[in-house]
Amino acid sequence: MARFLLLRIVRALVTIVLVVTFAFVVLRLSGDPAQIILGPEAPPEAIAAFRKAWGLDDPIWLQYLNYFGAIAQGELGRSMRDGRSAIVLVTERIPLTLALTVPALILKLGIGIPAGIYAALHRGSLADRIVMALAVAGFTVPSFVLGLTLVLVFAVQLGWLPSGGQDSWRHAILPILTLGIGGAAVLARFTRSAMLEVLGQPYIRAASAKGVPWHQVIWKHALPNAAIPTVTIVGFMVGTLIAGAVVVESVFSWPGVGRLLVVAVANRDLAVVQCILLLVAATMVVSNLIVDFLYGFLDPRLRSGAETAKAET
Amino acid sequence: MSENRASLVSLKGLTVSFDGVRVLHGVDLEVAAGEAVGLVGESGSGKSVTWLAALGLLPRKAQVSGSATLKGIELIGASPRVLDSVRGGRIAMISQDPASALNPVLRVGKQIGEALALHRGLSGQALRAEALRLLELVGIPDAPRRLDSYPHEFSGGQNQRVMIAMALAGQPELLVADEPTTALDVTIQAQILDLLREIRREMNMALVLISHDLGVISETCDRVGVMYAGRIVEQASAARLFETPQHPYTQGLLASLPPLDGPRRRMRSIPGVVPDPRHLPMGCAFAPRCDRPTSRCLQAQPMLSPLEAGHAVACFHPASAKPGMRAA
Repeated sequence: MARFLLLRIVRALVTIVLVVTFAFVVLRLSGDPAQIILGPEAPPEAIAAFRKAWGLDDPIWLQYLNYFGAIAQGELGRSMRDGRSAIVLVTERIPLTLALTVPALILKLGIGIPAGIYAALHRGSLADRIVMALAVAGFTVPSFVLGLTLVLVFAVQLGWLPSGGQDSWRHAILPILTLGIGGAAVLARFTRSAMLEVLGQPYIRAASAKGVPWHQVIWKHALPNAAIPTVTIVGFMVGTLIAGAVVVESVFSWPGVGRLLVVAVANRDLAVVQCILLLVAATMVVSNLIVDFLYGFLDPRLRSGAETAKAET
Repeated sequence: MSENRASLVSLKGLTVSFDGVRVLHGVDLEVAAGEAVGLVGESGSGKSVTWLAALGLLPRKAQVSGSATLKGIELIGASPRVLDSVRGGRIAMISQDPASALNPVLRVGKQIGEALALHRGLSGQALRAEALRLLELVGIPDAPRRLDSYPHEFSGGQNQRVMIAMALAGQPELLVADEPTTALDVTIQAQILDLLREIRREMNMALVLISHDLGVISETCDRVGVMYAGRIVEQASAARLFETPQHPYTQGLLASLPPLDGPRRRMRSIPGVVPDPRHLPMGCAFAPRCDRPTSRCLQAQPMLSPLEAGHAVACFHPASAKPGMRAA
């Protein structure tokens, strides 16, 4: 188990380094921050001074080494726009994003999983077909289309809710719905197929043959098995808690991490973009780690691994 | 033999259809208390479906009609409450592939314990002690430790022993063993059959042994039903069936067994395949593969009718009848 754990952590660190490296290279090949921040009219001396001040005139490998050296010391750089610490800029936005993504995640789990289970248990029924039709619609419609539709209906036509901003909890409702509906749809389909797969297994019939009442067959025998594949998709959703709302935050002018990312990319504010990407990679990797451990918890076949002793009858 | 004992389970005119296609065409079968009945036939002949239907274990889309009674209690269309108390408690079932019939995420002790709690109201230490006793009874070595193992930590033969322990937990009056040794190595097969015979003797339990292997059946069963295309085509005591098989299909099955003594001969197989239930021939379902069909066989379906006491056959031309003499 300890070896397994260590291996996973090393792999996670390698993933983060690769993501950060990729972001570093792409950002430096995609336009000159000095030119963009100082504007097209800026005198060449000003641009040269800006480059020197931010170390942009160093060779790229030296910039890369300096960057990692700084990370090792816990320094994630400063915004080229206002000189504030990138990590502070990002972390003050995180609660705002979580205010959308956490309720949305609860919505996804609360609707998606029960709907998927219900549809699987009533396969072929009208309810199943309705759930599946909604699920297909829910994840084929892009989130900006869904968001704008909700704005059109609930803000413009009905006037019940504001269309954007973050002044009160009422402003959060539409973005949360937009995020939640799509995820609930994905989760409903996933849960349904996982559940159907499990319900077709011989051990389900064997449990019935043993006299286990049907509701207990579902709870004790089917769900623990169906949970194994479903955890994967839930883990992915947890991984997107911080950066999964880029589009929705833009549609609803919600000043979270996603909006900050969009603005920082437009400005080539290198330190801020890199800081966000590092954070995103880290949450993704951590949630994957959690999923791996949950697998071990849910599925004894993965727990014991090679230690399994098989004695012949 | 069965006439002397009280009838335990009685199937009458049991019929099953899937999506309008009939796969079981009215099966009649009696199982007496403590009796061992074998059901033999090729895959798809309806051996398993018969018992899954009787216990209400077929998927919802299956249409079941006819009657299956356990000491007078009707099981077809019975409420979930009645079925749940019968299943595992009075009629238990073990299946072909023990590895997939055990829940992979639950410890075997818990799976055996579940049946003990449901049918015998045990809990706590008493439950664990009884689960342990059952695991020892079926011959699992180091049982106290193995109670906390998961199914993947057992071999196939051990898993089947665990299944048997689980089936015995409810102290059933009848154990339906559906191809219990098919997925196992030959040496393990014999051990599992020995175990079943031993347990049946000790617990005075009736046994229905479903198999496509006449050899397996002959060693274990008092009485045998031969199934073909969703019907019982011949029924007799095991001894009689092996001595004087009447139905051409039974004769074919016996001829395809290697002889135990006497000179070696080429093993014969029955030509053709089991008919598709969607396109059954109009007359006898076996007629296309039969070596003595007449025009009558192609037009009418022979019913299972007694040839003499304890021996029934569904054939217009059973082996012992003189040609043209016998009518259904």
